[in-house]
Amino acid sequence: MTTAPPVSFARSTAAIHAENLCRHYHMGDTLIRAVDGVSLEIRAGEFVALLGSSGSGKSSVLNLIAGLDRPTSGSVIVQDRDLAKLSREELAKYRLRVVGMVFQSFNLIASMTLAENVELPLRFAEVDRSQRQNMAREALERVGLRARMNHRPSELSGGEQQRAALARALINRPQLLLADEPTGNLDSHTGTEIMDMVRQFNRDLGMTVVMVTHERALAERYAQRMIFLADGKLIDDSKNEQQGGRP
Amino acid sequence: MKIPDLAELALRNLRESLLRNSLTTIGISVGVASLVAMLSLGIGLQQLFSRRLAKSGLFDTVLVTSRRDLRGMGRERDDSTGPTPAESRVLDEPARQEIERLPNVLEAYPDIRFQTKLRFEDKPYLEIISALPSSAKSNDAFDGMKGSFFSSDTAAEVILQKTFAEKLLGKIPARGVDETNVADLAKPLLGQELTMIYSQRVPSSASPSPLAADAVPSADGDIVGASYSVVSREQKLKIVGISDQDPESMRGPARAKVFLPLKLAESLHVMQPADLREVSRAASDQPVYSSVSVRVKNPAQVQLVEDAIKKMGFGTFSILDASRGLQLVFRVLYAFLGIFGSLALVVASIGIVNTLVMAILERRREIGIMKAIGASDADVKKLFFAEAGVMGIFGGVVGVAIGWAIGQVINFGTNIYLKNQGFPPEHFWAVPWWLVALAVGFSFFVSLVSGLYPAGRAARLDPVEALRYE
Repeated sequence: MTTAPPVSFARSTAAIHAENLCRHYHMGDTLIRAVDGVSLEIRAGEFVALLGSSGSGKSSVLNLIAGLDRPTSGSVIVQDRDLAKLSREELAKYRLRVVGMVFQSFNLIASMTLAENVELPLRFAEVDRSQRQNMAREALERVGLRARMNHRPSELSGGEQQRAALARALINRPQLLLADEPTGNLDSHTGTEIMDMVRQFNRDLGMTVVMVTHERALAERYAQRMIFLADGKLIDDSKNEQQGGRP
Repeated sequence: MKIPDLAELALRNLRESLLRNSLTTIGISVGVASLVAMLSLGIGLQQLFSRRLAKSGLFDTVLVTSRRDLRGMGRERDDSTGPTPAESRVLDEPARQEIERLPNVLEAYPDIRFQTKLRFEDKPYLEIISALPSSAKSNDAFDGMKGSFFSSDTAAEVILQKTFAEKLLGKIPARGVDETNVADLAKPLLGQELTMIYSQRVPSSASPSPLAADAVPSADGDIVGASYSVVSREQKLKIVGISDQDPESMRGPARAKVFLPLKLAESLHVMQPADLREVSRAASDQPVYSSVSVRVKNPAQVQLVEDAIKKMGFGTFSILDASRGLQLVFRVLYAFLGIFGSLALVVASIGIVNTLVMAILERRREIGIMKAIGASDADVKKLFFAEAGVMGIFGGVVGVAIGWAIGQVINFGTNIYLKNQGFPPEHFWAVPWWLVALAVGFSFFVSLVSGLYPAGRAARLDPVEALRYE
């Protein structure tokens, strides 16, 4: 592990650029520095793992990149958009068009079938109904859930739910896939299945992937680069030798 | 999000907590039902009054008189303010026809009324007699009539008002007993013959008579233009109907108790009081009338017709002005009923706020998910608005149905009571289409207003916190 070297732009351009990124908040009288001066750059098409123990600030960084949260100071620029300067409306559009997200707890809407869950982002994007249904079917097909599209999430296993969540994250063809502990609720076999899929999207679709995890082994197996955080600070940024640092 | 999508999602969300949302919607329904019930009672009562008044002929009738008749006796000789020809016209047959041709006028018929002697079973009676056009048949004063209306406009038939019928039979109702049964009067009288002894006006050249009124000087001192004789005649009349009510309540003490068909009365050329005054002005043998009743298509046009007739140089009178006060009374009644009815809806709207705020708490995570995958604040806000709106529309529709049903039940109950009391059934309850639309629209509107706060609150939820919520 070495400190982050200057990033070379020879092969690809920066997809994410964070400069002195801070996210502080008050809890009672104490000031919590969830993210405290993080600067990093992630190239388009990279598969990056954000590692750290619980409370290290990795999820907070991910939320800032996702546009779900705003920095207290510093900047995060994703594909030439300074997220700190976007309005709430513009941020929503950014989340809709640019970012796809998967979560540890899948976050599917329980009252909707898989197909409805998957096409929900398309509703917000005001895509026509017939087109929406085709796209949802295609997306579920890709994750192998075509046969279960009319089931509700509660009727599915954890792995299947996470696959559906992946299909939903990909339906708007985002450039950025953000995953927050995607295998945290899955057994290792299913976790591998999901991660294989994520890697496949990264490779086949050229999607930039940022994954938050506390499992180092998982990161080493899939990520090209590992960024370590502790107490809201970036403490290490290294290429993953196993992956050769290449997309 | 598009509106069909919003509606679909809103319906789905409402189905998820069916009991709670149904209860809230029932709350709205009750509010709308009370509003509809109150207002439809007000509208029903007003329509009942209007129907009654329209049928009574008071509101669509204009009474036209020659302007001279309306002048005081003292001013009639005042030459300095004497009428110019445009202001004063003779109310004769051509004038009547002209009035009848005015737009919105259904008919204009002369008021023929005179006091004369009647003979029944050799006893003489003095009574005011009036002529009725055939259109008077629909006048609700004849609703409780025994016998029938005139078989034709020229039939030698007569309808008697109840009090005169009592007089003919020598029945004087005891004090305190206010109703004599019309049927009891009708039995001995219907089909009987009544003889009317009257004075006929005859042009003097045709038949000189001892009562010749040659060269009667006119009030204005004009040269006498025509003269006539008065001949005493008799006309036998068959009693065909006994009227319960008084068709001429508008005329006060001058009302007639005996009614003839109009054309028959015209053909008799009865000497009328106005003839004395108008004799000088009757340039031809066209009949001259003391007054003409004009029936207007509907009460709204009475003012227009009145103005047009005034322009022709006649005096007019209608009871329209009196009805304006009545309309004001109904407006105030509406306002009161509406306010009381709306109160329940206001209470129901608090229920909507409560339900939606609860829904936000329950669906916090869902809102977080939607925001994470790209829903804007506006999308979330619209979704909660849509849920409020759907509850409002459902509540409105169900409420109108309940309100209508309440009205039917009360109407039914009241009519049973009326029937037991010996009154004809009435329709007190009216739910016009505009009220249905208004009630559903108002319910929708109130629901949207109730949704303002919850929707705003849902839209402002911080997605990171919402996602953390389990």
